[in-house]
Amino acid sequence: MKADIAFGQYYEGNSFLHRLDPRWKILFSIFYIVVIFLAKNVFAFALLVLSAILLIAVSRIPLRMILRGLKPLIFIIAFTAIINIFWLKGKTVLVDWWIIHIYLEGIINALLIVVRVVILVAGTSVLLTYTTTPLALTDGLERLLSPLAKIRLPVHEFSMMMTIALRFIPTLVEETEKIMNAQKARGADFSTGSLARRAKALIPILIPLFISAFRRAEELATAMECRCYTGGKGRTRMNILHSTWRDPAMCLALCALCAGVVLLNYFAPGYTLAM
Amino acid sequence: MAEITLENVTYVYGKGAPYEMRALDDVSLTFRPGEVTGLIGHTGSGKSTLVQMLNGLLKPDSGRVLLDGKDIWADPKKIQEIRFRVGLVMQYPEYQLFDETVESDIGFGPKNMGMEPEKIKQAVARAAQFAGLSPELLSKSPFDLSGGQKRRAALAGVMAMEPDVLVLDEPAAGLDPGGRREILSRIREYQQESGANVIIVSHSMEDMALYCDRVLVMENGKLVMSGTPAEVFSRAEELIAVGLDVPQITRVARALREVGVDIGLDIYTVKFAAQRLLSGKGKV
Repeated sequence: MKADIAFGQYYEGNSFLHRLDPRWKILFSIFYIVVIFLAKNVFAFALLVLSAILLIAVSRIPLRMILRGLKPLIFIIAFTAIINIFWLKGKTVLVDWWIIHIYLEGIINALLIVVRVVILVAGTSVLLTYTTTPLALTDGLERLLSPLAKIRLPVHEFSMMMTIALRFIPTLVEETEKIMNAQKARGADFSTGSLARRAKALIPILIPLFISAFRRAEELATAMECRCYTGGKGRTRMNILHSTWRDPAMCLALCALCAGVVLLNYFAPGYTLAM
Repeated sequence: MAEITLENVTYVYGKGAPYEMRALDDVSLTFRPGEVTGLIGHTGSGKSTLVQMLNGLLKPDSGRVLLDGKDIWADPKKIQEIRFRVGLVMQYPEYQLFDETVESDIGFGPKNMGMEPEKIKQAVARAAQFAGLSPELLSKSPFDLSGGQKRRAALAGVMAMEPDVLVLDEPAAGLDPGGRREILSRIREYQQESGANVIIVSHSMEDMALYCDRVLVMENGKLVMSGTPAEVFSRAEELIAVGLDVPQITRVARALREVGVDIGLDIYTVKFAAQRLLSGKGKV
């Protein structure tokens, strides 16, 4: 049961990626996503695959973990692949039967799209979620957004809310499990009957869950006030984020990747993505 | 009546993961009807896991759970019938209250059993009386009750199903001493009147000593001791070795023996200690 809570899925480690500054890492992830979408040419895609393999190798996160993260996406990946195979028109006809026309281009296109989605998810999760604690992540985000505080956006409050939300996900999951067990012990049945019946069967879970969430919120607010929390103004930090040589190095590597992808897009021969 | 037997039950959390934990390790034991059995062990010893085995909330990885000699997992579709026969009151049960009135909340279990509305009413009234809830509270919202009343309402919610086996996980946790005594003696009364098989999980050695006929001690997913309170509490060194304690009065008896007043080591209630002392057994 605890194994199901993969949210945030930080993987303890001390690799190059783990030690990057979270502020930079957020920017790197955005940059990486942009580069992934820039790639059009098959060779550019090959370069991307290489970069993703390199990222995974550097992070020292077991492949098994990454594959597990991809599992929920199987349906979406299969869906886009199938749409591409059947709808894309090209020059080389492979199958021409009744209303089904499959072209070689369609298949290549489908493959490239699948590669794109896989790299998108695997790459960014290795770069960000697997190697950054949720706390460091929100901290980095707060720092990145801090200029917005100048135009009176409550950046600190926003990031505090995010931290608290992340912190309480496992707690609420555990609580839901407890309440479900308690109601099951009284003969509640969540898995049979019509949709309406099943929806109704959720009431005995949702009401106690909401009540306890409100109770927790109140307790947390009191506890924070007892420790003199008054918001972000004038608050200093225990852990100050430091940028090291690793961040410019990573930045350089990504720029090189971007340049490589753009160059290959223009000059390399071979198939180019249709959408 | 209902006898529950565990046969070589093993249960592992997070199988295959780095944090794999053997919560129950080849446990075999029997809970007999007509008894109050106490289950003690410190946090993480496997008590709560064991308790969830009894009504089929968890399924053993290996081994069997037998209710009156029949495997409760023989037909997984009928597990609900087992849950009606083996009532489980979870830790802090007041957090499971949800309905508009106390009465309908207590009636949730019987309703799930498919009882007639008239019968539900009777069952609720009986259960409320057992749990010590006054009738005028039944029409209130469960969220308007005090902490102790909520606990009793939740307890009544399970009692109303009139289970043959009543399992309670820390029924008195977080209550004041008066509330503890009240709720535990209500449970004891329920057992005596219904002849049910009652199993109580607790941290409190005093409560175990006072209310149980038999005490089981768990450590690291294994059953390490079982016997009457006198038998178990006379083995104080072993209990302390597994991170548990003995009732205060047992410690007093041990200290008395060290200064030369021997009233025996099988002392576990104050009353009993007083009897021994008065009978002149402790003469120096």
